[in-house]
Amino acid sequence: MTELNDLYQEVILDHNRRPHNFRVIDAASAKQEGYNPLCGDRLTLYLTLDGNVIKDAAFQGSGCAISKASASLMTDAVKGKSVTEARQLFEQFHAMITSEPGTPSDDLGKLSVFAGVREFPTRIKCASLAWHTMKAAVAHPSTALRASETDAPVSTE
Amino acid sequence: MTPTAHVPRPRSHAPAFDVAKVRADFPILSELVHGKPLVYLDSANTSQKPLSVIRATDDYYRHANANIHRATHLLSERATGLYEGSRKKAAKFLNAADPHTIVLTKGTTDGINLVAQSYGRSVLKPGDEILLSWLEHHSNIVPWQLVAEQTGAAIKVVPINDLGEIDPEEYVRLLSPRTKIVAVGHVSNALGTINPIKAMIAQAHAHGAVVLVDGAQAAPHLVIDVQDLDCDFYVLSSHKMFGPTGTGVLYGRKQLLEAMPPYQGGGDMISNVTFEKTLYNQIPYKFEAGTPNIAGVAGFGAAIDYLMSLDREAALAHEDAVLEYATARVREIPGVRIIGEARHKTGVLSFLLEGAHPHDAGTVLDQQGIAVRTGQHCAQPVMDKFCIPATIRASLAIYNTREDIDALVRGLHKVREVFA
Ligand SMILES: Cc1ncc(COP(=O)(O)O)c(C=O)c1O
Repeated sequence: MTELNDLYQEVILDHNRRPHNFRVIDAASAKQEGYNPLCGDRLTLYLTLDGNVIKDAAFQGSGCAISKASASLMTDAVKGKSVTEARQLFEQFHAMITSEPGTPSDDLGKLSVFAGVREFPTRIKCASLAWHTMKAAVAHPSTALRASETDAPVSTE
Repeated sequence: MTPTAHVPRPRSHAPAFDVAKVRADFPILSELVHGKPLVYLDSANTSQKPLSVIRATDDYYRHANANIHRATHLLSERATGLYEGSRKKAAKFLNAADPHTIVLTKGTTDGINLVAQSYGRSVLKPGDEILLSWLEHHSNIVPWQLVAEQTGAAIKVVPINDLGEIDPEEYVRLLSPRTKIVAVGHVSNALGTINPIKAMIAQAHAHGAVVLVDGAQAAPHLVIDVQDLDCDFYVLSSHKMFGPTGTGVLYGRKQLLEAMPPYQGGGDMISNVTFEKTLYNQIPYKFEAGTPNIAGVAGFGAAIDYLMSLDREAALAHEDAVLEYATARVREIPGVRIIGEARHKTGVLSFLLEGAHPHDAGTVLDQQGIAVRTGQHCAQPVMDKFCIPATIRASLAIYNTREDIDALVRGLHKVREVFA
């Protein structure tokens, strides 16, 4: 069960039980739905942008432990970062969870707990859902603000 | 079938079913998964294949590979013989009187799309209704939505109760002279509910509607008799009944099939082609354009032979006993909520485990060699009805045993440990 422990690290289980930033931001400047039809994971991401800086990030929704913990840690990680930095972090995160097992990857601090996901190809989408949703939210913050209710959810399929 | 097959026997006197012998017929069951013996509980997704099926596809390529219906040489004769032989076997399996009423398709999805586009598109008009149930697989929803959009027909949906059964009164209430097509599953893939389709078909006919039965989940378990059911269309997939993927059957009432326009154009479906006018072939070839999955169809024939070689009543009694055992054992686990407790069900145990999302449970079970499906099972409306995002689904076939269930229960306790 060592691989299983790689995947379900204590930090991930903790964030699943008590996710950070699990709330609605009423006056969000960007709101984006994310959906993984494979397992039914759904989340709504809220961002408060001040110019190019993510001031606040929060989410709501239901999902598996991996997707919930990932949303929790992602919202923690992007707070205070510029949109460009947040996008870069997603690139690094994505590279980490899709790299060949055994190869070195960047040290992403707390986000490194997701490195074990690469041993479980069927779970990569769970770990990346919140990030894809963040990327979509910052791509069109103003349109998301206007059309957030009707925006097609981001799908990882 | 024994002559007394229609007399339900008490379970204690059920004929012995040699599950060990059946298991020995399926080579993959001795596979190791993550170093553990495979416990395959995902047969509603796709079933495993007996050696006879694997051999039949292999034999086709070794000894008969050629195109069908098109050449005079010996191999083509063999290939055509295998292909048409499977059609006859399928007719027998469904008790269809005439093999010409058996269209070989790519599978259930293909069969439903064929009926929706060929039959549905030519008869439906604005104001007409297509009646579905809340239990349907997406394959028995989306093709009807497409044809409804094309024709202006409306879709009506029969609700289900908290047990996961179609509401019979609502069904009757929703039937009207506007109902032109009823499309309903024989057995639900998400919950295992066996629908009372014979009565539903008679009620639909009383209103002049034509009925398509999605038999994808019924075929591996139940004895099907399209004449007794009096259905207009019956569709199924080979891969769910121990045959290869990529093939299946559409049974259609002869007069309907004859009157229907072709679905796709191409070779084999024509009798005469000029640029002015093309004459279509007779049924079922009119609906079989292009070179089909001949190897798959050959294997499908072997799968039907395999199923028909079993005492199907005994096989079903065995499966029912394992399902009953599974339901009781899983229910004992703290935090379990079973979804779908229809009075008549077969093959499927869908449930939730408090504190563990189904997808996480699936990963933990997989690490122990236990294959289940987790998610929506292509039946999002069913999940919405129960206000849940997904379930863990253990689905059974003839080769499953109580030991498989014991392994599942141990696995679920491991899931509880991880997510406690
Ligand atoms: C009830 C039901 N209908 C239709 C289908 C679709 O079958 P196929 O994918 O073989 O076309 C399935 C299989 O998942 C099913 O369970």
